[in-house]
Amino acid sequence: MIHHLIPRVVVKLLIPFVLLFGLYVQFHGDFGPGGGFQAGVIFAAAFILYAMLFGLDHAQRVFPAGVISFFVAAGLILYAGVGFASIVLGGNYLDYDVLAHDPVHGQHRGILWIELGVGITVAAVIVKIFYMFSGRGRD
Amino acid sequence: MSVAAHLPALQVALPLIAAPLCSLLRRPGVAWGFATLVSWVVLVIAALLLAQVLSEGTLIYEMGGWAAPWGIIYEVDTINAFMLLIVAAIGAIVTPYARHTVTAEVPAEQHNLFYAAWLLCLTGLLGIAITGDAFNVFVFLEISSLSSYVLIAASNDRRALTAAYQYLVLGTIGATFYLIGVGLIYMMTGTLNISDMAERLPDVANTRPIRAAAGFITVGIALKFALFPLHLWLPNAYTYAPSAVSAFLAATATKVSIYVLLRFEFVVFGVDIGIANFHFSEFLMPLCVLAFLAGSTVAIFQNDVKRLLAYSSVAQIGYMVLGVSFYSLDGMTAGIVHLFNHAMIKSALFMVMGCIMLRVGSVQIKDLHGIGRHMPWTMFAFVLGGLSLIGVPLTVGFISKWYLILGALEEGGYGFAIAAAVLISSLLSVIYIWRVVEVAYFKPSPHGAAEITEAPLGMLIPTWLLIGANIYFGVQTDLTVGVARQAAALLLGIDL
Repeated sequence: MIHHLIPRVVVKLLIPFVLLFGLYVQFHGDFGPGGGFQAGVIFAAAFILYAMLFGLDHAQRVFPAGVISFFVAAGLILYAGVGFASIVLGGNYLDYDVLAHDPVHGQHRGILWIELGVGITVAAVIVKIFYMFSGRGRD
Repeated sequence: MSVAAHLPALQVALPLIAAPLCSLLRRPGVAWGFATLVSWVVLVIAALLLAQVLSEGTLIYEMGGWAAPWGIIYEVDTINAFMLLIVAAIGAIVTPYARHTVTAEVPAEQHNLFYAAWLLCLTGLLGIAITGDAFNVFVFLEISSLSSYVLIAASNDRRALTAAYQYLVLGTIGATFYLIGVGLIYMMTGTLNISDMAERLPDVANTRPIRAAAGFITVGIALKFALFPLHLWLPNAYTYAPSAVSAFLAATATKVSIYVLLRFEFVVFGVDIGIANFHFSEFLMPLCVLAFLAGSTVAIFQNDVKRLLAYSSVAQIGYMVLGVSFYSLDGMTAGIVHLFNHAMIKSALFMVMGCIMLRVGSVQIKDLHGIGRHMPWTMFAFVLGGLSLIGVPLTVGFISKWYLILGALEEGGYGFAIAAAVLISSLLSVIYIWRVVEVAYFKPSPHGAAEITEAPLGMLIPTWLLIGANIYFGVQTDLTVGVARQAAALLLGIDL
């Protein structure tokens, strides 16, 4: 394992920046290129990089398989939940106008939550797929 | 706004949000109970929508408050309200039934995911039926297809994996063809809204991209509903899928695809510009005749009853599209009413096979010797369902065949030949149903009396509910034929 020393040190330094970039792509998605899908993939890539260099067991200690399954569902629940929230607040399904005091703010808020939902599900699904492939034959 | 105004959105959004919630319910019984509850609520919504459409006319729901043709709208008229009712009703009957068979055929730790995929499949099928946006149809087509690949592969039987894979490859080709077609129409009209497309299309009707689009969409969707000779994925998928999945998909997935074809051929390409007429008369009609003759013949030689029923489905799809291809009010009525009737017949028969699978562990004809004595209620359900499939009076099968033959005879000339072909195919179905009945009732049973018992009530009640519906709608045709006739008139642009 000793020959992985340099990649391990470099990756340890890199991972916070990858995660930060993922968050940037996520939350800047309303104004520039980006959005939930790309952000989710970048975020998941950080975990996969970690798992590749430090082993699946370490990765699963950070992000256990059970928690992943929860996040896979949570993103979609958040997405669909925003739709139900807009019905409760008096608009049509997924009508963001009613989510805040004025429509423009409402649109911002709506797309933020929706994209967050997409990001969570995409990141969790990609990590889950990686776990399933790399965990094959273990149990 | 009241809840009633949001019914079109809730119809799809409810099972959509229920699916991830279901995946979080670790206890198998709880996941099943939750899915059952959702499927019933979905049925109530579908029934309310149909009532609303019949009294008030077409409903429009603007997703996110964005008006058509820019936004995605849900447009509910008589025909898709009818489709919603078919899908929701089958969902509400098969979901409670699923419990025992799924326990026997799907690993316990996957039950929550199984029911999540089940609800997603329901979401996708309802979404295809309800949406008024051509691209949205593609999205829901993928949701329902991807989840049905998962559902088919969920079986303990390893052969289900290759069946699901085969379906995945062919289904993806079908969906891609559909998308190419929609892309070409978008290129020529600049819109994805189905009603808007229909309005703009006559200006560019005689261009090559539109003709190519019509071809791509027809072939792509025909692949999805398994029109002969594009049916190759269907027998394996229905045979090796878990029993509840066969019952659910056989009754809904192909029907919804036929609805998409109707919507495109008659509403988008339109009755006037001649594309629809060309497709159905020249291209689809001979294939339909081949479908039911070949499907029924191949079904006779099957030894696995689920596979036998699958080939019979290929034949029945032929009847449905044949009715539509007559291009007349009676023919179209026959096609649409058979969508509903065949959903009830085939679902009931696959549910009977699920009962037998649970108790006998096989649905090979050689293993069914004397099963009529061990499982009298189950087998009698098969007899009644079989009679309905053949088209004996007082069953729904008869209603479909009656209108189909009426439609054929109206055509005159070649119509007589087609009517004769329908009768021949019905006689062939007598043979394959009889093969099962003969073995089940007139062969001595190799099993001891205590070995095989009647199926649990949780499965018998939904099965008999559907068999009852087969008889009820075979006598009382106001709802089915009435709605189908309205839908047919709507598609053909005729005022009743």
